[in-house]
Amino acid sequence: MRILEGEGVAKSFGGLAALCHVDFGVDQGQVVGLIGPNGAGKTTLFNLISGALVPDSGEIRYKGKRITGCKPHQICRGGVARTFQSVKVFAHLTAFENVLLGSLFGRSRGASSAEAARETAELLEFVGLSAMRTTPAKDLILSNQKRLEVARALATKPELLLLDELMAGLNPTEVAQAMEMVTRIRDKGITIFMIEHVMKAIMSVCDRIIVLHHGEKIAEGTPQEIATSKTVVEVYLGE
Amino acid sequence: MNNLTLTSKRFVAPGVITLVLLVLLATLPRYASAYTVILLTSILMYVILTVSWTIFSGPTGYVSLAPAAFLGVGIYTSALLGRTFPLPVVIGMGGLASFCLALLIGALTLRLRGVYFTIFTFGLVELIKNLLLWYEVNIKGTRGRFVVVVDNQTIYYGMLIVFVMTLLVAYWIRRSKFGLALQSIGESEEAAAHIGINVTLLKVVTFAISAVFMGAAGAVIATRWTYVDPYIAFNYLFSFMPVLMAIFGGMGLFYGPILGAAVLGYLEEILITRFPYYYMLLFGLILVIVILFLPNGLAGLIQRGGAALRQLKWQQGDGARKHANT
Repeated sequence: MRILEGEGVAKSFGGLAALCHVDFGVDQGQVVGLIGPNGAGKTTLFNLISGALVPDSGEIRYKGKRITGCKPHQICRGGVARTFQSVKVFAHLTAFENVLLGSLFGRSRGASSAEAARETAELLEFVGLSAMRTTPAKDLILSNQKRLEVARALATKPELLLLDELMAGLNPTEVAQAMEMVTRIRDKGITIFMIEHVMKAIMSVCDRIIVLHHGEKIAEGTPQEIATSKTVVEVYLGE
Repeated sequence: MNNLTLTSKRFVAPGVITLVLLVLLATLPRYASAYTVILLTSILMYVILTVSWTIFSGPTGYVSLAPAAFLGVGIYTSALLGRTFPLPVVIGMGGLASFCLALLIGALTLRLRGVYFTIFTFGLVELIKNLLLWYEVNIKGTRGRFVVVVDNQTIYYGMLIVFVMTLLVAYWIRRSKFGLALQSIGESEEAAAHIGINVTLLKVVTFAISAVFMGAAGAVIATRWTYVDPYIAFNYLFSFMPVLMAIFGGMGLFYGPILGAAVLGYLEEILITRFPYYYMLLFGLILVIVILFLPNGLAGLIQRGGAALRQLKWQQGDGARKHANT
């Protein structure tokens, strides 16, 4: 079943077309990768899905319902959570408070504060930040800030998680840990749509991959198909 | 056990201090001079303005220069309705009028960020002042209005009740999940929206709630001034003072803005009465010194002082134990 689909999605900034009539789909339970050279429109697509931006034309549907034009908090409460390319943790709040906010205002809002605190503790454990629960987010190293963003997103109880370059700027050990975390999130039954530049990660973790280039979808398929696709290789390496 | 006594200690000491202060304030007219009562009325007004300003602007970082507008709306509510209704109703209406104005302004402008929002709120005071002036001069044919006269003690108690309500609401918001959400808006509005927080609604409602107390304070203080005109009611001073007082007191702790408003309010009075010609100069000098040397305000200073004291005690205790061992 398609959990997320887009039809003819277009967005331009001034005269620059960031995305032109892109169709895409994400199946429930899968890990789908979104790759492409810099400026391909990957983050713009995420911003359109999460409601940060409104498409100029086209339609995005989540679980069969049109979500274009909805506000970010509505989309989040519908079950779509995201992380950001440049981490946007709440710097002066503690790790615990960062995640607690997701729990208090996400889909499970209305639950008791004790319940939210319990969930928060579990999620900090899940991403491996239990020891740093009272640390202000600004004092965490980058890889831990990224984990914190994931925990905060998971606290909203999403069915679809958008990860925007989770592994950028991490060292090889941290990349391996992040990949393992992505698999564990999928095992929870959460669908994942991820932008990534680390090829090793994307090839081993994803079920399907979508390739964007200059705002257009140029390829889509399994990791093997993408790795052997002539157009993709040309885009990345030149002819 | 140890943990339990520690936490209860944390609440008992401030609780007792607050209670004692409130009892002192409530019984003040019984033993203090009329002058003290009047002075405290205006200090309480400053505290109300500062604490309610901090409710919204403290955590979100949206610097509002609209307090004078909300105060002025309260003042004019009092001037218009003071003769028709009893004082408590007038105070309530002053708060309500400010609430409605803030709701409207908030819905229109809270999309603006940073300095644009600040400038807009600054312009708002001027806009209302001039509209009102035009209306009074051209339609009513007068500039000012007389406000119903109320005795000083009643004014004081009116202000005290608004003060207590302001503190209660400010404390509740700060401790609630909405307080945390307001802080997250100050940190990253985009991330806050993406974890399910309805940022626009939360900002507008909080902005409007903070305006209630400013309007109510205006309705009370108008009865003490007895004569108001648009220049008196919509004075920029009342937009800048809350900001200065909050910074002066320190916004990191709940009592910071209260302390800042009380100390600066008292200081203003002393300087005006003792050094009428150098008042502004001295006032400015003190502010500059505080901002330069106390980045976390008075509350930060007290916090540091407390930490240093504990450190000292601990060292002394440590030394005594070592001494006993030898």
